[in-house]
Amino acid sequence: MAAFILRRLGVLGVILFGSSFILYNLAAISGDPLEQLKMSSDPNRDFLITSLTRELQLDVPPPARYFLWLKGVLGFVVGKANFGTGRDGALVSHSLALAIPVTIRLVLASTIFAIVLGISIGIVTALRQYSRFDYSMTFVSFLMFSLPVFWVAVLLKEYLAISFNNFLREPDVPIGWVVVAGLVSGVFWASIIGGSRRTFWLVFAGAFMFASGLVEFFSVTGWYLNPSLGPIVILGLSIGIAYGVTQISVGLANRAALKASLTMAGLSLVAYYPVNWIFDKHPGVLTVLALALVTIGIAVSAGIAFSKIDRGPIIRTAVITAFLSSLLLIVDKLMRTWKPYMETDAINYRPVPTIGQRNDLLTTDDWWLSNLDIITHLVLPTLALTLISFAGYIRFSRGTLLDVLNQDYIRTARAKGLTERTVIMRHAFRNTMIPLTTIIVVDFAGVIGGALITESVFGWSGMGTLFRNGLLGYDLNLLMGVFFVTASLSVAANLVADLLYSALDPRIREGSGA
Amino acid sequence: MIFKKKNSDLSAHTSIGENAIANMEIAGLSQSQIVLRRFFRHRAAVFALCTMLFITVFVFTALDFRLLGLWRIHGWWKWTIEDIPDLRFGDCPNDTVGCPTVSLRPQFLGGSGIGFGNHPFGQDDIGRDFFALVMKGAQRSLTVMIIIGSIGATIGTVVGAISGYYRGRIDAVLMRFTDFIITIPAIIIGSVVGYHFGNLGAVFLAFYLGLFAWTGLSRLVRGEFLTLREREFVDAARVAGASNRRIIFKHILPNAVGVIIVSVTLLMSGAILLETALSYIGFGVVEPDVSLGLLINKYQDAFTTRPWLFWFPGLFIITIALSINFIGDGLRDAFDPRQRRRISKKERQQSATEKKLAQANE
Repeated sequence: MAAFILRRLGVLGVILFGSSFILYNLAAISGDPLEQLKMSSDPNRDFLITSLTRELQLDVPPPARYFLWLKGVLGFVVGKANFGTGRDGALVSHSLALAIPVTIRLVLASTIFAIVLGISIGIVTALRQYSRFDYSMTFVSFLMFSLPVFWVAVLLKEYLAISFNNFLREPDVPIGWVVVAGLVSGVFWASIIGGSRRTFWLVFAGAFMFASGLVEFFSVTGWYLNPSLGPIVILGLSIGIAYGVTQISVGLANRAALKASLTMAGLSLVAYYPVNWIFDKHPGVLTVLALALVTIGIAVSAGIAFSKIDRGPIIRTAVITAFLSSLLLIVDKLMRTWKPYMETDAINYRPVPTIGQRNDLLTTDDWWLSNLDIITHLVLPTLALTLISFAGYIRFSRGTLLDVLNQDYIRTARAKGLTERTVIMRHAFRNTMIPLTTIIVVDFAGVIGGALITESVFGWSGMGTLFRNGLLGYDLNLLMGVFFVTASLSVAANLVADLLYSALDPRIREGSGA
Repeated sequence: MIFKKKNSDLSAHTSIGENAIANMEIAGLSQSQIVLRRFFRHRAAVFALCTMLFITVFVFTALDFRLLGLWRIHGWWKWTIEDIPDLRFGDCPNDTVGCPTVSLRPQFLGGSGIGFGNHPFGQDDIGRDFFALVMKGAQRSLTVMIIIGSIGATIGTVVGAISGYYRGRIDAVLMRFTDFIITIPAIIIGSVVGYHFGNLGAVFLAFYLGLFAWTGLSRLVRGEFLTLREREFVDAARVAGASNRRIIFKHILPNAVGVIIVSVTLLMSGAILLETALSYIGFGVVEPDVSLGLLINKYQDAFTTRPWLFWFPGLFIITIALSINFIGDGLRDAFDPRQRRRISKKERQQSATEKKLAQANE
């Protein structure tokens, strides 16, 4: 195994060397970084030219200069990499260190949403193959495939951000929209759950009443201006989560798992006031992390306490339930920050921004307020990226699951008399996840370098902006710094994907096709 | 609803068609005929194909066309992108100028009748006819798409076929070369090339992008060739004395053509989005040339006041990409040998009853 990895790494190193050499020279011959200076009528023009030439070693021809750059980069082996300086004099490694977290923040949430949403819809469409839901989701995913991200972004800015902000000035939902919300929810749930015509209309009516009632209730109680969940709703939602997670994870017949996760749901009510006290008293990342650790600890011990045999799945169920219901506590806290956030001068009741990564006018030392600010700035880019990328996951997971469902071992599992839940979740879903995992790894690496357009539309300054600056200013060091990060990530992701594939699927022999 | 397949008399009809096809398969229907028949059963794909053909003809005949720079063939649309007619003032919403004149509401419903009018998509800042601009942009996008698709298909097929057929050292070298191209992200190469060579024109940009767009296809074709070369008909051809070239092109390639065509359609729908995205951020087609992405970029700030400058180019991008995707879906269904039409519950019951009747009769 080690030999296999080493051999792969060696080959990848050679590939990286080759492509960086080509790119460096391609970029170098395509423009002169001094061009602007030569045209200018600045009195100390000659001085600027000589200093920039010295700084960027422009007197060395590009192929040789590449090796100077490579020498600096290879310093990371001994712990001090030198990516050189950009033409503005800033260290490239410093610019990268600033840009990478921004890009990750931009793509992380949307990638997770796209994966979760795409895979779950894909699985439902595969299970309801040739149903109306399947056809409409096929259409939706093709539509999403065909949408240019910059076009979607402008539409979102106009119709979502600006109209939502206008709406918040007088948060009063007209009756037409209440009905529309109900209809959408009704059609969605009814087509997912399916079944006979009678169940279809029953589900439709239930979902319609629930959604439109909720929207109307929120509108009447002024919830949009001052939202919160409150302990009772959190308890209700947690119990729902407990039942849902148990059903999907081990089945409701497993009483121990149900008891453990219901306990965790109940604990979220018990913890409501103490946790909020801690949130107010000691806000910060460390507090959230510590509380998360405590939650997981309690969930594990609850799982152990309620089970006698086969503890793994029960502990897993309890941990997932605990995680989801403690997320509710954080959501609730953020919701209660909404009103003070909107009342600040910087926001002034227009909370969804169309551009930027944070509001510079917002001066606050409240941790929750500044986080809410970051979240509101993430809403539009995340939505745009999710819409664009989740279609691919729908198609892929649908296709893979359909392939898996045609396999002999699925027929065997059904013939053994296993429940449909076990067949789908344990036999089919797990095998679907093998190719999906590798796709996810590669996609995530690709998205770091691929958010160029999204960044430029929403005015974020991450990797894409750096790359653009490097290209426009013929700034080779900056350009190559970005390339180094994205290319190494994609190479590493491909290697990890291959290793994961052979680890997950015992049928793949290691070393084959290396 | 174009997907609806459950209509009972319709399914009876297609079931006859299905049997007929099955019988004809026995009668010796060629692969391409079977594929064509299957494709034309996919209604969404046929609809998309018609849309695509219509758009292509509509777009390419709209403007004046210079054949080899000598003959000038007149397009059917009255304006070209060089014309600067007077801006339309008055009767526009929100005191704007140059609003679209296209009308879809008939006169008896209080509209101005179905018709194009003088400037169906409106006019831009200086009064140029926006319909002509969109037509020009769509021509660019379609050209780029076709060039990228054909170059990507050619290189990808050849590289994949050679490395899958010969295996061993040739395979290793070619696949490492493919990895090498993959490491350079398409958008980065597109940007480098587009930014520095974009002014050489859209065709050159497309050629260059095509040189980097074949990697996924070559991997697919290689996989297909690795499986197909072990099959009996290849052995038979080899025993009969066929040359490697003949085996590759006459025996294996026709069997792999399904994978190739499907993947090329996906490549093309990706290509049109890549071109518009690059033009949007200013690295693709640059002015004075016109492209759909460029138009959107230029007028996105005008969205609140003159939204038509934003909607029409976008609608053309989406329609073209959506049609290509549906055509690809139809082709995948048509080429997939495992793909059988779903037998509806009613038909299954019918055939079960028929079997029982037959048994009872015996």
